[in-house]
Amino acid sequence: MGKLVIDQSRVNPENAASITSVCPFNAISYQNGKLDISAACKMCKICTKKTGGIITYEETEKKEVDKSLWKGICVYADHRGDTVHRVTYELCGKARELAKVTGHPVYALLIGSGVEGCAKRLLRYGVDKVFVYDDPVFKGFRIEPYAAAFYDFIQKIQPSSVLIGATNLGRQLAPRIAARCKAGLTADCTVLEMKENTDLVQIRPAFGGNIMAQIISTHTRPQFCTVRYKVFSEPRPEKEEKGEIVPMTVDPEKTASAIEILSSEEKPKDIDISEADVIVAVGRGASGEKERAQAQELADLLGGVVACSRPLAEANIYDPKRQIGLSGRTVKPKFIITLGISGAVQFAAGMKGSDMIVAINKDKNAPIFDIADYTVVGDVQEILPRLINQVKEAKANVQ
Amino acid sequence: MNILVCIKQVPGSNNVEVDPVTGTLKRSGVKSKMNPYDLYALEMALSLQEKIGGTVETLTMGPPQAKDIIVESVCMGAKRGFVLSDRNFAGADVLATAYTVSQGIRICGQYDLIICGKQTTDGDTAQVGAEVAEYLGYPNVSNVLSVDGMKDGVISLTASLDEEIVKMTVKTPCVISADGDINTPRLPSYKVKQAITEDAVTFLSMQDFSDKDAEHYGLHGSATQVERIFPPEKTKERRVLEGTAEEQTAAIFDLVCRQKLI
Repeated sequence: MGKLVIDQSRVNPENAASITSVCPFNAISYQNGKLDISAACKMCKICTKKTGGIITYEETEKKEVDKSLWKGICVYADHRGDTVHRVTYELCGKARELAKVTGHPVYALLIGSGVEGCAKRLLRYGVDKVFVYDDPVFKGFRIEPYAAAFYDFIQKIQPSSVLIGATNLGRQLAPRIAARCKAGLTADCTVLEMKENTDLVQIRPAFGGNIMAQIISTHTRPQFCTVRYKVFSEPRPEKEEKGEIVPMTVDPEKTASAIEILSSEEKPKDIDISEADVIVAVGRGASGEKERAQAQELADLLGGVVACSRPLAEANIYDPKRQIGLSGRTVKPKFIITLGISGAVQFAAGMKGSDMIVAINKDKNAPIFDIADYTVVGDVQEILPRLINQVKEAKANVQ
Repeated sequence: MNILVCIKQVPGSNNVEVDPVTGTLKRSGVKSKMNPYDLYALEMALSLQEKIGGTVETLTMGPPQAKDIIVESVCMGAKRGFVLSDRNFAGADVLATAYTVSQGIRICGQYDLIICGKQTTDGDTAQVGAEVAEYLGYPNVSNVLSVDGMKDGVISLTASLDEEIVKMTVKTPCVISADGDINTPRLPSYKVKQAITEDAVTFLSMQDFSDKDAEHYGLHGSATQVERIFPPEKTKERRVLEGTAEEQTAAIFDLVCRQKLI
């Protein structure tokens, strides 16, 4: 913790412009003979390195928490009815890995109504204890009762880290609890590591996704983070249940809610690119009608789906549900072929876990080639029709 | 009904890059704009106001130039707006941002409904709305598809959960976040822009808040710290499929076969 200090005595009209231009966020301004730093500051501290000591960073004391009082890595068990959301299993696997560093136990927190089956299933994923709040008040997701149970758990068990799936539900619950605990929360982590002092190292794409940021919350506990589905790998379930189910209750007065659920309807089964094994991804360089039709044809032939990059979703060329990336879906197919996609990091973050990445782009310097397993510098229009024909022929021969 | 819409100014493009040699951020000369997701929230508020009456105001936190998006919101139909701007707010993470916004909301007025966008395009965290609700002690509902009505201080709405579409009622005051792509945001009016007056935008700083303790804002009030920033890894080895289009196609076809896709 600290602050930026400006040595105003060394600021003059001659050097002011060069100092203000150092900031990538335009947060430094020069007015009435004084430099000022506005709220646009992201504390990247570049100015402390590039202004010859005119702007310096001053450490200030911060109250330390007693980290030894906070133990365990907890996974919030997202579920619907009797089905555990698979992101939960992925997080259990990651929690197990992280726990090896500190020797902490792995917990799951399950809140719901009639969730005994879910609790049992969790015991096959390396969880030492499943804490269960099972009560009709938790039927249907309403923020206040869930937050009350979650906070009750935090206070009683004091876990060091809490991992939450970045589902619609998780994204509502995590910030609510983090604010209640006045604790740090990092969204959409793509890498998690554990330090020996129990600090959780959280890495995520930042500033629109072209830079990775490594984030810690060393002065507060618990450390909250959310992780999207399919970012981590799902571990194989153990043959036998291990660990313990711990029933929990929360003061009924705290579960009052201003929300009343009137009805709930299953979403129509929709395009879900995150489940696909094969993806043909279309970008700006292949967004013509002809290319799109061919992309669809190839996807159909390979038993896959068509997905797209952010610009095509924003231009309404494709349904946003088909968008891969940080602001779209994360995908992990066996095979993905990208057509005319340059590969901004926010896109790459959403698909780099794919087993095999083949990228076709005219520009040999396209960033997509940095993550592609197979680089094809070429014209989509030259390659795609040929590939379709070849696949068609092969399929005909098989039959 | 008094509605407040929380909006944010974001870079016009996300082309911030790390200089591979010096490891510092490259300055991007792109202009700023209103976060696209906030436009849906604003449209939701304005069409609701047209249906049931009341006022729509907007609030943002950021540097003084964030005033531009407040002006834009007024041109779209908001009555007026607030800019929370103070050097003490610099370097705020989600926790400190949400606290600052909640402090601002407390002094801006009495609102029945606070609407946020789904997420921003520069932070992409989608967390501030729910944290603001916690600080205000209001219920919150995310991914709201539509506000269907309002009666006796209770709003009815439709929200998208992961696999369900849920209809519910929520007692006001409450915080909701609008889902993306749910309406067609109106364009700002040029006429209004010409007639806009000084009092359409109010600047507020920490000194205007009830909590004036600088330790609670900006970097000091943040729980997370950025340890380092770095360019994304380029781990995998590049294998280039060379040759003519025919040869490249054949090589890709081999890969398709290797993955047993046929």
